[in-house]
Amino acid sequence: MNSKLTLNNMIDRFLPIVGLTLLVVVITIMNQQFLSPDNLLNLLRQVSINGLIAFGMTFVILTGGIDLSVGSILAFSSAMTALIITSGIDPMFAMLLGCLVGLLAGAINGLLVTAGGMAPFIATLATMTIYRGATLVVTEGNPITGLGDSLMFQLFGKGYFFGIPVPAVTMIITFVILYIILNKTVFGRETYAIGGNETAAALSGIKVNRRKIMIYALSGLMSALAGIILASRLDSAQPTAGETYELDAIAAVVLGGTSLMGGKGRIVGTLIGVLIIGVLNNGLNLVGVSSFYQQIIKGLVIVVAVLIDRKNK
Amino acid sequence: MIEMKNIHKAFGANKVLLGVDFELKDSTVHALMGENGAGKSTLMKILSGVHAYDQGGIVRDGEEVNYSNLKEAEKAGIVFIHQELNIWPELTVLENLFIGNEHTKFGLLDNRLMSRKAEAVFERLKFNINLNRRAGDCSVGQQQMIEIAKALMMDTKVLIMDEPTAALTDTEIEVLFDIIDDLRKSGVSIVYISHRMEEISRISDEITVLRDGRSVLYKETAETNYNEIVRSMVGRDLDDQFPDRSHDLSDEVVLSVKRLENKKHPVKDVSFELRKGEILGFAGLMGAGRTEVMRTLFGVDPGSKEVELNGRQVKIDKPSDAIGHGFGFITENRKSEGLILDFSLVDNMTMPSMESFSKGGFMKRKDENDFSDLMIKRMNIKSEKKSIVGELSGGNQQKVVIGKWIGSQPEILILDEPTRGIDVGAKREIYYLINELTERGMSIILISSEMPEVIGLSDRVAVMQEGRLRGILDKGKINQENIMTLATGGKLDE
Repeated sequence: MNSKLTLNNMIDRFLPIVGLTLLVVVITIMNQQFLSPDNLLNLLRQVSINGLIAFGMTFVILTGGIDLSVGSILAFSSAMTALIITSGIDPMFAMLLGCLVGLLAGAINGLLVTAGGMAPFIATLATMTIYRGATLVVTEGNPITGLGDSLMFQLFGKGYFFGIPVPAVTMIITFVILYIILNKTVFGRETYAIGGNETAAALSGIKVNRRKIMIYALSGLMSALAGIILASRLDSAQPTAGETYELDAIAAVVLGGTSLMGGKGRIVGTLIGVLIIGVLNNGLNLVGVSSFYQQIIKGLVIVVAVLIDRKNK
Repeated sequence: MIEMKNIHKAFGANKVLLGVDFELKDSTVHALMGENGAGKSTLMKILSGVHAYDQGGIVRDGEEVNYSNLKEAEKAGIVFIHQELNIWPELTVLENLFIGNEHTKFGLLDNRLMSRKAEAVFERLKFNINLNRRAGDCSVGQQQMIEIAKALMMDTKVLIMDEPTAALTDTEIEVLFDIIDDLRKSGVSIVYISHRMEEISRISDEITVLRDGRSVLYKETAETNYNEIVRSMVGRDLDDQFPDRSHDLSDEVVLSVKRLENKKHPVKDVSFELRKGEILGFAGLMGAGRTEVMRTLFGVDPGSKEVELNGRQVKIDKPSDAIGHGFGFITENRKSEGLILDFSLVDNMTMPSMESFSKGGFMKRKDENDFSDLMIKRMNIKSEKKSIVGELSGGNQQKVVIGKWIGSQPEILILDEPTRGIDVGAKREIYYLINELTERGMSIILISSEMPEVIGLSDRVAVMQEGRLRGILDKGKINQENIMTLATGGKLDE
């Protein structure tokens, strides 16, 4: 977005990064282990799945929508990928098909929202259940194992690239691509325009429905990518994988300062939001906070972040 | 009698009022005039307790007063009816009337008492309305009546109305004026904010004009005239409000529309032609279907039509088709349909023409910036290209909307109420801009409810009534009488 940097704007922009820095400082003081290279790489791998989902979610939320079905799409595409691999098809090709499944599942969300005229919350609430059910049907409720030792598939979740976990590399590359799309292309501008004022966007000749379908499809694709990474890491596809992942993704987007009303927000913010949640999970474990309290702290961080954000508007 | 003396008010560094004197006598209608940004609303918000003044004083009947909030002012009988009405569309008329002031009996709503009171008020207003109707289903005029009724129930002494007729039909305006007259007779003072000169001279007793945060004129209405008021509003004479359009009309037909019909609204069998470089005015009463014709033409509303562009049949199913064929549409409501208020000026400007400002899907930032700089200069927009559009004044916002469509280089530009709610100076600039566009070969369809505007700018005027096109007046026949005759369903004598 090309707008003037006012004071409010600056606070908006730097609030997430200030929060993240504070968090890192506090946790490091409590346990120096946190900043060790091993732990940081571990952290990057941990956040990559939520990262991918949250990037897709950012586009959806920027249009003023929401995608609750991401966790189910993750499970369904990872199950489909696993099934295709176990049926003896080349794993590379299976992964591509898995991505396609996610893309289509997302496109169906988009169709329900546009052609069906459904509220995004309701549409994706319904498909969340449907895709989860479909996962249980195709897996018969059991994990799918025996995914073979294809190097590419194994690397995808477990490998390292110059010492950096491959999932983290995937997340970073995806981030760069999506950052460019959102900030430098017509597609990105149209995403903001639809969320900013859908009527004005349509009257300016933007093909709103087509864009929205593409954006929900993108969100599905990101979930599928995350699902395949998860399957590779676990060496299996779990029918219950990805449950409640939508919440962490939405939380990351909101922590990053993107407005749920659409039209306003930045994908860099989402990346920081993802890191905040990751640092909380990882750091609180390191410091030895019980997982019960961890949940409370995570919730409080969201409340505080949004309150500060509100105050400043 | 209320005297506001030497009122100063600043919001941060922005000084809005720099010493305003305003005197409101009992039982008078006092017109408050001035360009947008002159400080009218701020002054009235101070009187009604919304804002506090920085300096000065308010004396009411010899006593110093200072209302610190809206409720306090309402208790003292000062009620402000804002331009944007405070209506809860999902509640009934009755519920709207008593919202926040409900009468109860044993803790339960006393609907009988409230109905009785409501009926009494509406009787006083000589206005018939079903109290159980959903307020959102009422016309804007009726909603305005609800607001007025609400004010009357509060034992109002001072009623402030901000552009009350902006959305009313002619008959509703008549009713409103009768009510204002009655109120005045019963001792109420009315502050009437409006841009419409005819109304002011008709109903007001006194006039105060503000310019740049100062009161520059205070007179009895009968002792001043149009020219003096306008001169004090803009600080100069305004005899050349409209550009000279006394040239010959081209024969070249750019656009031909036949048998246009809107599926959602009763607009039927509309056919017209538009010539190259022409301004074709569309006149008619509110609700005559002018906007609906253009929405159908542009592919926003469903409907049927035959459209020929330069002799070639074209198909327009959606706005992007229309834009592709060289149409531009400046919609009536710039905030809800024309602009993305959170976007910067640049980002708004290039919206309909992103294809020409991009290459391979990537936006060309430099081209966008150059274009915006050019438009800001050409149209005298008082802002920077990176400013957020939502923070601009109405006139500047309207210029952004126009600029955005100029950028798409349309052959045919449709303007729906292009000067609504903007001040005299900005209006003039927009008129000259429109004229300039036609000189460069653009053809223009101009919908306007302001008679002087239609008459002053149009080469021909199409008049609509109840969804039908009743006639097209050539240059020599364009006058208020002919337009009104056709607009009210009458026939012209040949």
